[in-house]
Amino acid sequence: MTTDAPLDQRLADLLREVLADPAAQVRGVRQLSGGASRETWAFELVPGSGAARTLVLRRDPPLAPRPELMALEARATEAAAAAGVPEPAIVASGSDPDVLGAPFIISKFVPGETLARRILRDDAYAQIRPHLAAQCGDLLARIHSVPLDSVPGLASADPLQRSREGLDTLGWSSPTLELALRWLERTRPPASGHAMVHGDFRNGNLIVGPEGVRAVLDWEVVHAGDPMEDLGWLCVRAWRFGSDLPVGGFGTREQLFEAYAQTSGTKVDPEVVRWWEVLGTMRWGIGCMVQAERHLRGTTRSVELAAIGRRVCEQEYDVLLVLDELLGEAT
Amino acid sequence: MSMHGRPSAAELAEAVQEFLRTELMPALEGRLQFHTRVAANVLGIIQRELQQTGAQEQHAARLSALGAGDDADLAARIRAGEFDDRLPELVTSLRQDAVARVLVANPAYLVESDRR
Repeated sequence: MTTDAPLDQRLADLLREVLADPAAQVRGVRQLSGGASRETWAFELVPGSGAARTLVLRRDPPLAPRPELMALEARATEAAAAAGVPEPAIVASGSDPDVLGAPFIISKFVPGETLARRILRDDAYAQIRPHLAAQCGDLLARIHSVPLDSVPGLASADPLQRSREGLDTLGWSSPTLELALRWLERTRPPASGHAMVHGDFRNGNLIVGPEGVRAVLDWEVVHAGDPMEDLGWLCVRAWRFGSDLPVGGFGTREQLFEAYAQTSGTKVDPEVVRWWEVLGTMRWGIGCMVQAERHLRGTTRSVELAAIGRRVCEQEYDVLLVLDELLGEAT
Repeated sequence: MSMHGRPSAAELAEAVQEFLRTELMPALEGRLQFHTRVAANVLGIIQRELQQTGAQEQHAARLSALGAGDDADLAARIRAGEFDDRLPELVTSLRQDAVARVLVANPAYLVESDRR
């Protein structure tokens, strides 16, 4: 196996060895998405005998490998699967750049819809939509039930500290995000626990079929922290895609909290989740700045990244909607 | 009227948007089609920003009513706690400011009562 062989050949070499199938072939390698953080590819595996199946390769950009993170992601998804969270089965994973050029995970392809707008509008999902918030509550409770010592390497950072550093480093001078941070510091609730937190559990990172959630994707920011972070993030207005329903655009907070309480045995305090929602909104605002800076600094020139810079004001607006409402309730 | 006459910069941005949406996008698929849609949306932002009137003056007036020189100054004062006892006033002012920006960036994002 040579390191400069084409990707389909290297995939075939790897899978022949992993699957102990010397006649296996790889066809139709195609890139689904790429970027500075992670590449996604799909391809067909044709075994020596039996039907072809689609597999998905996620790989670090060869120039920006993060081997520890990829290994952590594999451990976290397997632990979540063991807790009853639907995950695409991992076929092979590794951190050795000699194999596929960069750290990678190969998993089975799960058919279904990830585009939030389709999940929220298409007739195919009309039956399941009213049940999705409760399903998410159940899945989050399962993720948070994973014993922390079964996933070594989960980092834990103070989210307010990280946002402070983010705002200071970026220097975009947003009075609204500064207000959000000030408000969050002054109203911080006591921790609700310490658990494995998915970190990006939202409409868009779920594969949904007409019968419900088929897989939870994108564990790139999995960490140890307050479990209410995941609930607040799922309620952030940006993930509602124009719908009036607060949870991912498909459900109510009551549905989410009730299902979470039922599976976890822990009652949810809506005010605490609200605090995490404001934090999530602020963080996504900072995230938009970070993405736009990648374009502006020339790291990755892209009209998409440039456009995201003008979404900061959406997050500022959302922070103010919540603060306006909370101030109204207080008077 | 600008010395450049017509089509104005906003009208040019609109023309390119129409070309991208009606001619280019149907001929593309996948990532290229997606990025073309993004490009058309960006031209929409440019068009609306060029057509927005008085926003800069209103922004300056709001800052001055709060006693701040610019956004960086206001952010620093908020951070220092100067507005902790004036939150309703601050939130109202910042919301008007945010609405003016979202009206340019993505008007459909606003709740019904903030759309003009």
